[in-house]
Amino acid sequence: MSKYSQAALPRWFSLCVFLAFVAAFPAVSPNAYFLNIMGFAGIYILLCTGLNILMGYAGQISLGHAAFWGLGAYISGVLTAKFGWPPILALAASVTGTCLVALAVGIPTLRLKGHYLAMATLGVGIIFHTVFAQSASLTGGPSGLVDVPSFYIGSITIGSALGNYYFIWGWVAIGLLGALNLGQSRMGRALNAIKGSDVAAECMGVDTYRYKVIIFVLSAAYAAVAGSLYVHYINFVAPDTFGFMNSVLLLTMVVVGGIGSFWGPVIGASILTFLPEYLRAYEGLEVLLYGLILVGVMMFMPQGLAPLFRTLRLRFRLAKRAQGGN
Amino acid sequence: MRGEVILSIAGVSKSYGGLMAVSNLSFQVRAGAIKAVIGPNGAGKSTLFNLITGLEAQLCGGIVFNGCHMKGLKPNRRAALGLARTFQTPQIFESMSVLENVLVGRHLRGKAGLFAALLYTGRSRREDLAMRDHCYQVLEKVGLAHKAHEDAGDLACGQLKLLEMARALALDPKILLLDEFAAGLTRQETEHMMTIVRGIRDEGVTVLLVEHDMHLVMNLSDEIVVLNFGEKIGEGTPEEIQKDERVIEVYLGTEV
Repeated sequence: MSKYSQAALPRWFSLCVFLAFVAAFPAVSPNAYFLNIMGFAGIYILLCTGLNILMGYAGQISLGHAAFWGLGAYISGVLTAKFGWPPILALAASVTGTCLVALAVGIPTLRLKGHYLAMATLGVGIIFHTVFAQSASLTGGPSGLVDVPSFYIGSITIGSALGNYYFIWGWVAIGLLGALNLGQSRMGRALNAIKGSDVAAECMGVDTYRYKVIIFVLSAAYAAVAGSLYVHYINFVAPDTFGFMNSVLLLTMVVVGGIGSFWGPVIGASILTFLPEYLRAYEGLEVLLYGLILVGVMMFMPQGLAPLFRTLRLRFRLAKRAQGGN
Repeated sequence: MRGEVILSIAGVSKSYGGLMAVSNLSFQVRAGAIKAVIGPNGAGKSTLFNLITGLEAQLCGGIVFNGCHMKGLKPNRRAALGLARTFQTPQIFESMSVLENVLVGRHLRGKAGLFAALLYTGRSRREDLAMRDHCYQVLEKVGLAHKAHEDAGDLACGQLKLLEMARALALDPKILLLDEFAAGLTRQETEHMMTIVRGIRDEGVTVLLVEHDMHLVMNLSDEIVVLNFGEKIGEGTPEEIQKDERVIEVYLGTEV
């Protein structure tokens, strides 16, 4: 390869390996319960990948990301359950609607920086939660919206655990590929530059404000898809899923996995989805253990878990090279 | 082109609270020249650079660059007109490689937007390769090509200054603003920098620089502006400045 090769191939390779593993997983998986959790993991990966594009790539904090997840879920849920739209149209409407709202929210808030942006997005999240809970005639209020149909395209209904698994992970694959491509593009570099130094990026000709708005909308689009998948998956939606605590959970997943790295959100979302399931065996201690694990990760691996994998791979390569030399 | 006025500062003022950082300042920079701005600490040199690049807005007065009024233009629009700068403390994108840093300087020469990025289109890929090619050459020009794929955060101070220079040059600027590019450099590194700056000038790029090193300023610049407390107290060739009574009194001292 040339002296300035893009180093894209290795990452595409690992993404292909990962997706092949995911595709083959149902063949060896123990049961439907496991597939179910994998489905949720997929939804969280989609959410966290979107959030990571905003926070990890571009360095803009959002403490209200669950609001866009909720908006995507409610638009899709209400249109199908109350107005009888086919889910595929509802999904398109939910992505479009959420993007428009994100644009309206992003234009004023992204003029703010750092803590101020954090506070503004926090406020936006709380407002949305209140709207979901109070618009009872549409959303079913605090007790939730019931009878949301499963996803169907024409006469094919995606209702089984296996069908949902592949449907969700198909979207995850698209989302991951998009994030991977973005990371090594002209735009990805501009976003990274904004994270590094807002002022220098601006002086190099990057329209920082415009890029921040674009990326805010894109990350909301990821959340909208995740929301739509979610609501048709569990056929029900309630406002508390999209409160402040879940915005923090998404943030925790990204940070534990490794903020700014491509695999970070995948690792973080997978671990924090599966961990509570395994901790159930230690009833009563689960919250404590969960907290201890998070504190441990942050104390000993402040960069998150993703760099750990990279170090292992490098060591493996070095060891291999050493063997080859002998 | 050469010899015409490319940058004109006319009656520009800027104050912070009651303090006048730049006060009714006027001077012109001719195309193809190296012009230096000197003055004691707090004379308003950095503020002047921030006003020209649009990071701060002036209170009154006008800045005209290449026939274009800069009022109300954001820094990125000014960069698009051909105005590039370096920073006193290097503003490097630390999580990126050296080459990627320079590629950000090349940003305006690319077109690929969000959808090209997400879909990784053939056109965006070709555009990217061409940009990489060019940026690598810029790195070769400043002598940093051997570090192209290293993390920018790992560079030494002198190399950071070179990287900032390369990043600004990747923009293909008409005028380059250098804010204390020799600060913290060794004698040898400074000489290397001066060679680069002369090379840039010979390629037709105008240079406006702020510098404390008098040896450097006197050797390198075609013209000098001297500021004190935000006001211009002298302007002319290095020889004229060295003889100017008022400049010697407030700044140069008697030993020069």
